[in-house]
Amino acid sequence: MSKSPIIPEEEIQKARHPMAEAAEMFAKNYAAVAALIVLLLIVLAAIFGPTLYPTDPFEMVWAPFSPPGEGGFLLGTDYLGRDLVAALLHGARVSIIIGLAAAFMSVFIGVTVGALAGFYRGWVEEVLMRITEFFQVLPTLLFSMVIVALFGASLPIITIAIGVVSWTAVARITRSEFLRIRELEYVMASRASGASNAKLMFKIILPNALPPIIVQAALMVGSAILFEAGLSFLGLTDPNVVSWGQVIGSNRQYILDASYTVTIPGLAIFVTVLCISLVGDGLNDALNPKLRQR
Amino acid sequence: MAFLKAVITRTLYAALLLAAVLVLNFSMMHLAPGDVADTISQSMGGADAAVLEEIRKDYGLDQPFLVQLGSYFNKVLHFDLGYSFFYNTSVTGLIMQKLPATLLLVVTAQVLALFVGIVLGVYSARNPNGLSSHFVSILALFGYSAPVFWTGILLLIGFSLNVHWFPVAGMYDLTVEGGFFVKLWDLIRHMVLPVITLSSIFLALYSRLCRATMMEVLGSDYIRTAKAKGLSEREIVYKHALKNSLSPVITLAGLQFSAVISGAVLVETVFSWPGLGTLAFQSIIARDTPTILGILFFSALVVIVGNLLTDLALRFVDPRIGRKG
Amino acid sequence: MEPLLTVENLRIELTTRDGIAPVIDDLSFDLHAGETISFVGESGCGKSMTALGIMGLLPDKIGRIASGKIIFNGEDLTTTSEQRLREIRGNEISMIFQEPMTSLNPVYTVGEQIAEVLRAHQGLGKKAAWDSAVELLDAVRIPNAQRRVSDYPFQMSGGQRQRVMIAMALACEPKILIADEPTTALDVTVQAQIFDLLRDLSNQSGTAIIMITHDMGAVAEMAERMIVMYAGRNAEQGPVENIIDHPRHPYTKGLISCVPHIMAKLTKERHELTEVGGIVPSLSEFGQDKCLFASRCNMVTQKCLEKRPPEIEFKGGHRSACWFAEKV
Repeated sequence: MSKSPIIPEEEIQKARHPMAEAAEMFAKNYAAVAALIVLLLIVLAAIFGPTLYPTDPFEMVWAPFSPPGEGGFLLGTDYLGRDLVAALLHGARVSIIIGLAAAFMSVFIGVTVGALAGFYRGWVEEVLMRITEFFQVLPTLLFSMVIVALFGASLPIITIAIGVVSWTAVARITRSEFLRIRELEYVMASRASGASNAKLMFKIILPNALPPIIVQAALMVGSAILFEAGLSFLGLTDPNVVSWGQVIGSNRQYILDASYTVTIPGLAIFVTVLCISLVGDGLNDALNPKLRQR
Repeated sequence: MAFLKAVITRTLYAALLLAAVLVLNFSMMHLAPGDVADTISQSMGGADAAVLEEIRKDYGLDQPFLVQLGSYFNKVLHFDLGYSFFYNTSVTGLIMQKLPATLLLVVTAQVLALFVGIVLGVYSARNPNGLSSHFVSILALFGYSAPVFWTGILLLIGFSLNVHWFPVAGMYDLTVEGGFFVKLWDLIRHMVLPVITLSSIFLALYSRLCRATMMEVLGSDYIRTAKAKGLSEREIVYKHALKNSLSPVITLAGLQFSAVISGAVLVETVFSWPGLGTLAFQSIIARDTPTILGILFFSALVVIVGNLLTDLALRFVDPRIGRKG
Repeated sequence: MEPLLTVENLRIELTTRDGIAPVIDDLSFDLHAGETISFVGESGCGKSMTALGIMGLLPDKIGRIASGKIIFNGEDLTTTSEQRLREIRGNEISMIFQEPMTSLNPVYTVGEQIAEVLRAHQGLGKKAAWDSAVELLDAVRIPNAQRRVSDYPFQMSGGQRQRVMIAMALACEPKILIADEPTTALDVTVQAQIFDLLRDLSNQSGTAIIMITHDMGAVAEMAERMIVMYAGRNAEQGPVENIIDHPRHPYTKGLISCVPHIMAKLTKERHELTEVGGIVPSLSEFGQDKCLFASRCNMVTQKCLEKRPPEIEFKGGHRSACWFAEKV
């Protein structure tokens, strides 16, 4: 007769909500947290800055090319004697708003295209993928330059010009996630119990496809800001509005005399996008289970 | 044989894409407010209604859309991309003049970024916790986050304006006298800063990907087998591991061609590099629609050709592509 | 006769999240030239680690040889230089692995992967190495070797890839071949072919084989001696016939009785198919001063829980680590 086996008792670990785990993971990434704080400061400066510092960025306030510190102007003046601090604060608003709006548009288009392609497969997928490749082939900056040139340089057009050319990366990621998830068992089970296509796509597959899409969306905000900066550097921006790239572009000829007018706005763009990239990386580590085991 | 078939299919597909670009071009021309006649009359200094009608007839603008599209296609097949009123020359001629400069910049930047990126990636994969590995991560972040025109300007300030190591602008110094090598050296001096600026964005991407791929590859079963065979570390890293890591990096490089051209537009503007980017910028200011669209078409062509070449290159690196398993 | 390989009191430690665990705890055995011995045990008992330890291929930061000796041809492999180890690997001691599907480099031809071993260790030129590769493919019974030598791994089946691995391993006519579960990932019909191949090649070339497996049937077919491992320790070792005839460790007894055809073949008795209840101890439980099999043993007493059992000798080089080995 054999003795009954001794099976060691294991402690049952309480399962935690995936969002809580992800948040904790993110919090451990000091660089990402620091970047998030800096970003919040920038956003606050953009929202409240112009109110608290009411100088009009277009107004001539001092002699041109005053270096930083002179005359009580923290960052000096540009070639027309305009206050650089005001330019930065107003520019922050423009960059962030366009960045967010264009990124939102890209994500919206990209997720729609990718989801439809990945879910329905067949000819729908073929057609949508060909369209995606078509947009991938056109150099994005040139394409939006053309759009702005033909339709005029206003904030809405610029936003559309950026959003309409940048969605391909999101579409690729969304499609590949959909392709992967639709084969998983819980999706099969839902389909077997009669869920409609719309429900499958939006309630079941999409929420599980979100992690890489969220990361990409965050990174897209950064690249939209860079994109807008490029366009305004080239002068393709609303003339009634100050934007960081535009400050650099218009002061470019004067770098011999006043390089700070170019380096400082560029630094602002750099820091903003850097923080967004760090946050994006942090999100990637927190949300991506494959890396969690390392 | 399979290779040839692949070349043909890819080429046909590329032609299809180009056709789509043409349709897009043409449609945008028509969607925009104002048409060719307006542009012409502007450069003429204004014209009355009768003259405008004449111009419209001349350009077949009174024909139905599809007929116009057809004749546009026809013209393009004969290498006629239209006429630029601003520069007073054919668009095709204009583009051909400026294309080599851009190609030189773009190709050199991509090759440099790939080469240095792979070297850095391999090195930091072998020493994952070393200084170089952290350097690669930081480099990746900076290169990717800094606006490329700002990087270019910073390099200009640092190396041209303050220390005069490199020229400030342009591609050649017209005053330089001498033979082939003197001129070549002059060209190289002019190329250094623009190429470094343009490759900075992508170097970051490639080195990061190469490092990640190498680290994964170095942990795989066939590397364990190679070790068990008693091969030297050099052979294991550079023969066995590297060849398996190249594929994703080359694929990425292929996908980046359109981004490289976008970056080239900005870099050319900063350094006054006489290529398609500068041309695009100037023609947008001048409202020279045929030229702008011609450049758009051409850059799409460059991207497609670049993709095609990358695709074919991949077949050499990874024997699994295109062969039946 | 002097043994080819002598392992003395080998202790291999793994660094885990919970601390350092002795994945191999005081293992000793001999291997003679031309012999085939088998390492048997359940997954996680440390069989593969022994092989990796001999080859000097323990995972870099995680595993290390803590103490003991591995004497091969007069040299102690635990203290030789990495350079010397590299000369030995693939040349005097070779190893083949469990997963043939992923153990070959996908971007090089099988011919190249065989030829490079010959070029590295025997200094053959390119052409000579390539021709030898064709001969080797032939020797491992791959039909149409002349053509297939230029194939890539993805163009071959699992069984064929494993044969290529064997060809690579035997190319330099090593004195020892370590085969780590070479057939586990293959179909049953292919398994038999691979075992036949290994046996024939070993007879031809006089190569000693260390076969690591959890398949008792394979052990009975292939090996002359077997070493039964449990939780990093050597439960029992000795000639295969002796052990199967009369196992002297409760664990071995349980293992054998799980495989009906062995019993039927050798003893002409019909036994009930039993299972050894319970589960293998986890890595963090290794190394304690008690019998690690106690929780699953039907002969367990208080003594088993307090002190690690010594090895008791039986005739024919048969050893068992159990307090009650005589009574089994």
